[in-house]
Amino acid sequence: MTTSPATAAPSNHPPGAPDLDELRRRAFALRRKMMGMAAGKGEGYIAQGLAMADCLAALYFHEMRHDSARPDWPDRDRFLLSTGHYSIAMYAVLAEAGYMDEALLPSYGLNGSALPMSTFDETVGVEIVGGSLGHGLGQAVGMAMGLRMDGSPARAFCEFSDGELQEGSTWEAAMGAATFRCDNLVALIDCNGIQADGPVTVAIEPVADKMAAFGWDTTEVDGNDMGALVAALAGARAADGRPKAIVMRTTPGHGVPTIVARERAHFVRIADDEWDALIAELEAGNA
Amino acid sequence: MPDAPIANRTRGMGEIVEVAGKQTELAPFGRTLAELGHERPEIVGLTADMGRYSDILPFRDAHPDRFFNVGMAEQNLMMVAAGLSKVGKIAFCTTYSVFITRRAYDFVAIACAHSKANVKIFAGMPGLVNGYGATHQATEDLNMMRGIADLAVIDPCDATELKQVVRAAADIPGTVYVRNLRGKVPVELGDDYRFTFGKGQVLRAGDGRVGIIATGYMSARALEACRSTAAEGHDPSVLHLSTIKPFDAAAVLSFARDHQRLIVAENHKTTGGLTTLVIEALYEAGLHRPMTRIGLADSFFECGSQEYLEAKYGVDLPAFESAIRQDGAGAGGPT
Repeated sequence: MTTSPATAAPSNHPPGAPDLDELRRRAFALRRKMMGMAAGKGEGYIAQGLAMADCLAALYFHEMRHDSARPDWPDRDRFLLSTGHYSIAMYAVLAEAGYMDEALLPSYGLNGSALPMSTFDETVGVEIVGGSLGHGLGQAVGMAMGLRMDGSPARAFCEFSDGELQEGSTWEAAMGAATFRCDNLVALIDCNGIQADGPVTVAIEPVADKMAAFGWDTTEVDGNDMGALVAALAGARAADGRPKAIVMRTTPGHGVPTIVARERAHFVRIADDEWDALIAELEAGNA
Repeated sequence: MPDAPIANRTRGMGEIVEVAGKQTELAPFGRTLAELGHERPEIVGLTADMGRYSDILPFRDAHPDRFFNVGMAEQNLMMVAAGLSKVGKIAFCTTYSVFITRRAYDFVAIACAHSKANVKIFAGMPGLVNGYGATHQATEDLNMMRGIADLAVIDPCDATELKQVVRAAADIPGTVYVRNLRGKVPVELGDDYRFTFGKGQVLRAGDGRVGIIATGYMSARALEACRSTAAEGHDPSVLHLSTIKPFDAAAVLSFARDHQRLIVAENHKTTGGLTTLVIEALYEAGLHRPMTRIGLADSFFECGSQEYLEAKYGVDLPAFESAIRQDGAGAGGPT
């Protein structure tokens, strides 16, 4: 096996025409991994993870410039998961993309595991410590500024949630991104309508209008529609001096109707004897 | 009796007291950083609307493409600095100590220190170096910052040391918090002084009766008090601990063993900072010495000139002289 030059882009980049069926197959594979990781754990952030699968599949298997053989490649695109508690989705995509051994996944969330309930940057492929909400976007701004200073073609993709729009630091960062003309920054805002105490209660809407008013080139899509996601990501490549925001309306638990319907989906509780049926639901939906 | 009158002319924000005839150096932080920027292209400079008042403008003028003012947004200052460091930069950032510590604490801890990010925080106006009252006086910053794991904390004495700390900070791995001194900064230490990260240094070796343990510019004041009381026969030693974290407990114990009585001095509350660290070190070692604290009470402080505040709250030169004279041991000098 030959080693590719350190500066070479991976073979998938720049992205060509999307293979939506292949991306949907990847999204299903991520969901299937997450269900396996969560099964028997009693509770967890499975609903948010399932909702993020389409976005992560579109990023890691189409839009992003990265190479799992070179996780420290300076010119890689950065993906920042600001909601560290969505770790289940992060680990699933890192395993699917070849950054980690799939055999690690069952240890998700267990004491002493290399895959803790919230993401830490000791994990290969994880760029920041997520989970203290409101920490992601500003770090993505700094990365975008630094990459541009170095003349790197790499971009920063930052996921954060509608709940995080209640953190003032997110808006400090939103102003900063426009001020510093970070057109190599793409925000992926997961608007799932829930937060720890239940439905989002603070008046954060209209999210897209607010981001636009802050100077961002903003698009709003169904975050569980692969075609729409891929198109929005393609539309976010312009080097026009404006940071890009994709407001994703997602459905917690997408792909598993029983989880979608379950009350208090922020931290869903599932009994040990339910998992086989839920996995069957997921697989039936993919058939 | 009323307090001493406030001077009818206000002083430039955050400049520490100039003693008449004392040698000073202008903007040692920013000038050194500008020089270092020529040697180290990976260095970037940041401020949260405190460029002028943190002395970082010489860096901006020398390296305009590597300087960013994020505006009055200290949380974002720390996030942007962390992000820059995570793509290979060394981010020197500035604002006032209070806004870093009280407002942006979570971002220093998690975005920076937890990731061992190469972020160097030069925090202005520590302690009573400010006439704007409690909103601008960082009187518990050492306590707060030493509570964060993997964060280095440094309180330099004077311009000579500050210049060395700027250079050292670039090479200390991870996140570093430095109490910055701005404006015309006094020069107390000689050219032969060498800052060593994590190590205390005996600046003056006396006769073993009184040992002063100090940090920041209180160490300069301690040396001044040694000079002003020498004619009375006093001969204290001075141990300077500019690195608060990691703390050089071994130096404290060695110094304490060699002295009958200790004075501990800091431009900070006497709880949670240097004094607390010294007490912990001595207690754990089973070593007891009579101790006088020079520092600030657990309080919020008012507006006023630095001279007025330091005199009122007991951290001025007479406070040191009084502490040295406390046991009357100076009479007649050593025998």
